[in-house]
Parts: sequence; C-alpha cells; structure tokens
Amino acid sequence: MKKLLAVITAAAAFSAANVSAKEWNEIRIGVEGAYPPYSWITPSGELAGFDIDIANALCEEMQAKCKLVAQDWDGMIPALMTRKFDAIVASMSITEERKQKVDFTDKYYQVASRFVVKKGQDFDFSAAGLDGKKIGVQRASTQDKYVTANFPGAEIKRYGAQDDAFLDLKAGRVDLVISNIPAVKKGLLEKDGGDRYQLVGPMITDREWFGEGVGIAIRKNSPTLREKFNNAIQAIRANGVYQRIQDKYFDFDIYGG
Amino acid sequence: MDFLLIFENLDLYWQGALTTVKLVTLSLLLGLLLALPLAVMRRSGNPLLRLPAWSYIYVFRGTPLLIQLFVIYYGFGQLEAIKQSLLWPFFQEAYWCALLAFTLNTAAYTAEIIRGAIETTPEGELEAARAFGMSHGQIFRRILLPSAFRRALPAYSNEVIFLLHGSAVAGIITLVDITGAARIVNSRFYNPFEAFITAALFYMALTFVVIWLFKRLENRWLGHLRARS
Repeated sequence: MKKLLAVITAAAAFSAANVSAKEWNEIRIGVEGAYPPYSWITPSGELAGFDIDIANALCEEMQAKCKLVAQDWDGMIPALMTRKFDAIVASMSITEERKQKVDFTDKYYQVASRFVVKKGQDFDFSAAGLDGKKIGVQRASTQDKYVTANFPGAEIKRYGAQDDAFLDLKAGRVDLVISNIPAVKKGLLEKDGGDRYQLVGPMITDREWFGEGVGIAIRKNSPTLREKFNNAIQAIRANGVYQRIQDKYFDFDIYGG
Repeated sequence: MDFLLIFENLDLYWQGALTTVKLVTLSLLLGLLLALPLAVMRRSGNPLLRLPAWSYIYVFRGTPLLIQLFVIYYGFGQLEAIKQSLLWPFFQEAYWCALLAFTLNTAAYTAEIIRGAIETTPEGELEAARAFGMSHGQIFRRILLPSAFRRALPAYSNEVIFLLHGSAVAGIITLVDITGAARIVNSRFYNPFEAFITAALFYMALTFVVIWLFKRLENRWLGHLRARS
C-alpha cells in the first residue's frame, strides 16, 4: 500500500512538474467566426479574417502547432477557463472586469466604437436622449457593458453574434446598433444594401469600458504563454508580417497610438 | 462557487420566469385550439382535408423548433413582402415570433396526441352510444371527444413539459426568458455553473407545478379508469 502511494505521489509530482514546464508546442486558440472583418466563415466553411491571420502568424512566429477552435462570443471566457482552449484571439478588449478572470497579453490593435443607424434618422446621444430606443448589441461585449451603464432608459437587445444585430437593424427591429467601426463597415455598410445606413454620434473609446485596446486572453498563472505571445506580437510588428496582414483588411493604422 | 451573485440578480431570473410562463401558457392554449380541428381533419376520409393536416403535422414534427424559430424571426425579417405588409408590426417583435413558432409547433404534436386518443376509443363505448340512437355529431361531442381528451392527458403532460423546456431557444432571439437571464448573468460574471444551475432549478420548479397539475387533472378525470383497490 505504501509503495503504491509512493508511486502515485511520484507520478503526480512528475506530471505537475511537466505542466509547469510546459513548452507550449501545441496551442489551442479560441476564435469567433461571425465578426467580420476580424473573423468570419468563408462560403467553403473555413475561418478567415484579421484575427485568424494574426493568430496564425503568431503561431508561426512561436513555432507552435495551433488549432483554432470556433466558439460563440458569450461562452468565450468560460471556455478558456475550463480549458477548452488556451488562448483567445477574438478581438477581445482588455478591461478591468475581464482581468479579474483572465490575463491579457499586450494589445494587438485598438479601434473606436460608434453607433450605426438607418440614414435620415436623428438621435440625441445624451444620457436620456436614447430613452425608449432599441439598441442592438453583441451580448457580453464591451459595447454591451457601455450601453448598459450609459443608457439605462434604452431597451437593449442582446445578440449572440454581431451579424445577428445587423440583421435586426436591417429588419427594423432595433433603432441603433453599436460596434467597433471596422466591424460596422465590413459587416453592414460595405454589404448589399449597406448604403442605407451610416455611422453617427461620437467616437467612443472610453477607457472605463473599452480598456487599453484589444489583447489575447489567456488563463491566469500562465506567464510562459503570455511571454511567448508578447514576444511574438513584437516580432510580427517588427518584421512586417503585421503590416502585411493589416493591409489586407484595413486602409488605416489599426494598431493605434 | 459564488451564489451571492445569483441572489443579487434573482430579479432578472424572476422576470425571465414570467416571460417563459406567459409564452408557454399562451402557446399551449392557442396550440390546443388549433390541434383539435387538425386532429379531426387528419382523420377525415376526404383527402382535401386529410392531406393538408397531414403535411402540416409532418412539417412541424419533422423540423427542429429552433429552425422554425429562425425561419420565422430572421427569415421573415428578410422578406420585403412581409416587411411591407400589415403583418410586420407583429413579426417585428421577438415575442410574437416566438409565440407563433411555439404555437405552430405544439399544435402539430398535440394534434397527433388527440388523433391517437380518438382512434383508440374502445369500440364498446361507441356501440353503446349508437344503441342509444345518438347521431354522429352527438357521439362525437358526447362520447368520442370527452373520452379521448381524458385518455390523452398523460401524453399531453409530456408535450407540456417538452414545450416548457423547448422554450429555452427563445433566448436566442433576444428574449429574456429563464435561459436568456442565465446567459446574461453568465456573460456578465463568467460564472456558467451558477448561472445555468439556477436556470435549471427554475425549470425544475416549473416542471413540478406541471406534474402536480396534471396529477390533479388525472385524478379527477381518469379516476374511473384506474384499478379499484
């Protein structure tokens, strides 16, 4: 019995040591798939977009084998915490609230958010100005928290995916949708019938809700992985890979100041 | 584990439970109203009556509730013909879309339950009625239907519970039902275990009420069919 216990303890100690010294040769990355231009599913069923290309470029830089896992947005952090994957590359803003649950790498881009409405409609963006208006937003996004806190009188409709919110704006079920600007352009304005909609109101970058940019989320207490990602971000920024990917999707500097 | 967060957001769950109960009760009532003529048409010797009823039941039993809800909510929202029509204010609201989908869905299942009960009416009951000189209509109203409804009760209680649980898909089209509340709490605090366990408890409590109700109904209306002790 004692012998058995000793063996088990030794095995446990060995595997524990193994975990802490994990070299991250294989990384599972959670991505979204319904948030163009950052991620979407092509007609042939493959993942594509800025986030996807960045994830792949980082993996190449880290010389790690990566598996991309598509996951609905509102289950993203729970899935990371329950080890369905090891990192999230899905345009996740670095906010204080999320930092309580997960760690973030340095930012890999930063853009502002804005409201989008049907052309010809006027809105007053003061705190009470949107009372009774229907605002469509992606559930659990920074924009969700922003409108929930700032427009308590508005009727907020929450969607599992950004694309569904745009669908309901087109259908007239919501008056406004808020999202980050490139997402509005790619997901709505540049699509068929998108010329009937326009961005309105202030550019919103409020640090309290939108944090310090978009980073890669990883589980707490994985400093090695974080270090690896940070180095890789710096490396692709320096060697032109980031620039090349950015030029594929945007005609401005998305990394931000 | 942090159920304190749940207590602080219990109000959200109550609101959600109210939405679930309203939605399910209303669609069950409307579905039942639709189901009776459907069941009768389904049994008709006239193919002009039988085939439409058969097709309707086949379509709604042959496709998932979630797909039906998506077609009605997102699908109809895309059709200009519907967006321009007088029906649009109705389809614009997620609530009515869900109510329509649930009603049509439960009507199909309930029609089959009623049809089954009608067809298994003991021949003796009908013979006795004929011997009394009742007409077809009288037999249908006085004997066939009451007897079928009684015997359909246990199967129907299953359908009620299925619809209650199926209604969880309402959260996907922005309604805040019990599941919708759980999703909001989960997305706010990243606590899927507490959030969904609480939702499960709400559904279990509601299911308990349904079971208790049907037990009372069965005692009252099926008492005479039970073995005497």
